Amino acid sequence: MTTTTQSVIGAKSAQAAGGSLLDIRNIAKSFGSNPVLRDISLDVAEGEFLTILGESGSGKTTLLRVIAGFEQADSGELWMSGERLDRLPPYRRRVNTVFQNYALFPHLSVEENVGYGLRVAKSPAAELASRVQQALAMVKMSAFSKSKPSKISGGQQQRVALARALVNRPRLLLLDEPLSALDANLRRQMQIELKSLQREVGISFLFVTHDQEEAMVMSDRIALLRNGELEQVASPREIYSRPATAYTAQFIGHTNLLRADVKDRTARCHSLTWPVSLPDGPALFSLRPENIRLAPDQSNQVSFRGAIRNQAFHGATELLQIECADGLVLSVRIPASARLQGNLSFQFSASDAVPVRESPEKS
Amino acid sequence: MFSRAYRAAITLPPLLWVALFLLTPYLLMFCFSFWSVSPSQEIVHQWNFNNYRELAAKGVYPETLFRSMWIAARVTVFSLLLGYPLAYYLSFRAGARKELFYQLVIIPLWVSYLVRAYAWKTILGSDGVLNTLLQYVHLTRHPLDFLLYSPFAVVLTLTHIYTPFAFLPIYAALEHIPRNLVEASHDLGASPFQTFWRVIFPLSIPGVLAGATFAFVLSLGDFLAPLLLGGPSGIMISNIVVSLFGAAYNWPLGAAISLCMLLLVIALLFLTERLEKKWSFS
Repeated sequence: MTTTTQSVIGAKSAQAAGGSLLDIRNIAKSFGSNPVLRDISLDVAEGEFLTILGESGSGKTTLLRVIAGFEQADSGELWMSGERLDRLPPYRRRVNTVFQNYALFPHLSVEENVGYGLRVAKSPAAELASRVQQALAMVKMSAFSKSKPSKISGGQQQRVALARALVNRPRLLLLDEPLSALDANLRRQMQIELKSLQREVGISFLFVTHDQEEAMVMSDRIALLRNGELEQVASPREIYSRPATAYTAQFIGHTNLLRADVKDRTARCHSLTWPVSLPDGPALFSLRPENIRLAPDQSNQVSFRGAIRNQAFHGATELLQIECADGLVLSVRIPASARLQGNLSFQFSASDAVPVRESPEKS
Repeated sequence: MFSRAYRAAITLPPLLWVALFLLTPYLLMFCFSFWSVSPSQEIVHQWNFNNYRELAAKGVYPETLFRSMWIAARVTVFSLLLGYPLAYYLSFRAGARKELFYQLVIIPLWVSYLVRAYAWKTILGSDGVLNTLLQYVHLTRHPLDFLLYSPFAVVLTLTHIYTPFAFLPIYAALEHIPRNLVEASHDLGASPFQTFWRVIFPLSIPGVLAGATFAFVLSLGDFLAPLLLGGPSGIMISNIVVSLFGAAYNWPLGAAISLCMLLLVIALLFLTERLEKKWSFS
């Protein structure tokens, strides 16, 4: 499969992040008086899988449409390997898109859909036919080449849309929530397939989703977008374990936000205290529920006692709501275990309480 | 579930309406076409094929029918040539002015047909607006007499009157095309021109077929425009039917012609419906 894929795409072996491919500089866009993108600057590296993650209305799809050329930015520039991109019409950009609802041409068969880009580029018939067949083989849709899009399932349409975009050997592939219409099982399977496909072809993927789990599974880097502004850009591991803001900590995974006062290198939140290296004053900390462990009282750990308010079983783990004597309520994730009762002891490392910036409400 | 009485009460009126105003007239027309008229102007209720034999034998009937179809065909082509670009402009390019343009296309339909036909008479006549203008700018010395009372006048007037009927289904078909298909086409490198011929036009074919059917069938059966503007050379088949039912008092022959036209139109509708199905993908 690897050799097929590479001959289709004609790309060098997959590299982890190489040089910069797309340079997004200070892009801003408003619809009427409503700002949708505010001063977005972002680099997409050669061969990178970058996910733009955000809630609905965060501007993530608009950003994708600006890159594809379907929307014109009010200000800012797009550069692709030294070439100004934002002044070209969409049909002159070496960028292809996998649309949210696939946007397959209903009057064309699967192979005609896949061959569309090569046909309008006036590729020789023999080359067109062989590249279409290879692209269909790559997404395992060869058996359906004569079918009309309405006759195949959603998952199959998704593969066709992917083949239709990749057969043109774009420099950058844009994917607009391509998995959101699939059911949960198929979606998980497609996430893994899409990621391994991207590694094989070595093309940069810019993937838009609102699903933080999807973003974590697939991406080399995640760009979290909030109200048209980039909140944080980092690898999944870093953005999860070192969230920069309260919003990031809450949006990606589940967390406890601890509002503490720092005095003399010690943070205090209710009756909890732990050592920090921050200046005096108020501070906000994110503490992941799985970093709190059920334990006997121990040294060099921050410990506290509390009673179970609520217990939710999640299979491998369970999520507890623990209420301390002073009224502080914390979420705690522990391995699924037998019945727990009464007052229990918990502990966490001071280093797991990550200081985060406040995320003020924005209009 | 509704009671039987209730269901009968709501289905009976439309059924009665259809029976009284559609089935009965068709049945009468069918019967009349096999009867004849006596020299003393009485309807003779004897069944025979004489009317159909006469239609085939006398050249004027097939000739007029073919001329009517030729006029209708030209009206269809011109209506599509006007209606399609208009519909395309409204659907894809008009932006905020869409509603205004749409109303401008629709409003003439609220004006009496007769008024619109007469308007052309005052434009095309030998003392009309057009001839006066042409002479005033010295393009011609004498009024052009082929403008009025000719097939030209009929085609022009019918095109004016039936273009909105061609426009509407085309516009509806264009409005139904998901815009992300157009974006997908641009995304895959197709220019606006290529996108039109490879995506937009094929997907609008059902609308074109419906619009063509409207324009053709409506102008084929028209009798007012040829009556007012056609002159002797612009006579259409419906004018013959009208005179057979009127002055000539030969209802049976008129019914036979009407039945032929009805079959022609039904065949046409059947054909275009099959074609429309072949080209619809939703």
